[in-house]
Amino acid sequence: MHANETVLELRFPARAERLKKVRAAVHEAATRSGCTPACAHDIMMAVDEACQNIIRHAYGGDSDSEIVLRIERHDDQLVLLLRDFAEKVDERRVEPRPLDELRPGGLGVHIIREVMDECGFVPAPSGVGNLYRMAIRIR
Amino acid sequence: MNHEVNEQQGRRVVSFEGDVDLESSPSARGVLLEEVSGGNDVLVDLSRVTYIDSSGVASLVEAFQKARSQKTGFALASVSQPVHRVLQLARLDKVFTIHESIEDALAHDA
Repeated sequence: MHANETVLELRFPARAERLKKVRAAVHEAATRSGCTPACAHDIMMAVDEACQNIIRHAYGGDSDSEIVLRIERHDDQLVLLLRDFAEKVDERRVEPRPLDELRPGGLGVHIIREVMDECGFVPAPSGVGNLYRMAIRIR
Repeated sequence: MNHEVNEQQGRRVVSFEGDVDLESSPSARGVLLEEVSGGNDVLVDLSRVTYIDSSGVASLVEAFQKARSQKTGFALASVSQPVHRVLQLARLDKVFTIHESIEDALAHDA
């Protein structure tokens, strides 16, 4: 009965100051969808890190250009889609760094990969911008 | 995010409160690097941090590296659950010296 139900859709400017409210909305949506507090926290973290990558790498810093976040419930899975309207991102720039190299930075993608079951770029509608897809089983 | 700095038993104790995220981490980074650059042994109280992201963790790593290069102390204390989760995911929970509490950290080096 939950097949492909949209549980959250947000459009917001790609600005760091907006991320706190985005995190709160994502946490609430994940909890409402049946996630445990730990799972909801992990999802919130992954979305936050993915939004940061858009702000920093796609838009090159704070921007009034939009990020569109949609969270869908597909049976026992949450699918999270993050869309931006920037130039196509060079995926090599958002590769995680090896963790045995102790240096600041490069941790965001690693965190996403650790907490999500699936993640990666998928073709954006009309070929405009970038679309990042993450999925996690509700637990 | 708010922060305060005080001195306890000759160590600078930097306490953060709230979310250390993309918006606030430049400020956290500035505070940490200033304290470390002053040649102080630094303890970071994270008990009241409600959220920390990769940019906040990067600030901790940078300050830790600076302290290590100049051979001064740098440790974390009272790590809240959200902070611990990120450190664990980044496999930094075994890199940083982490004390149960500020009191424990001060007693440890007494």
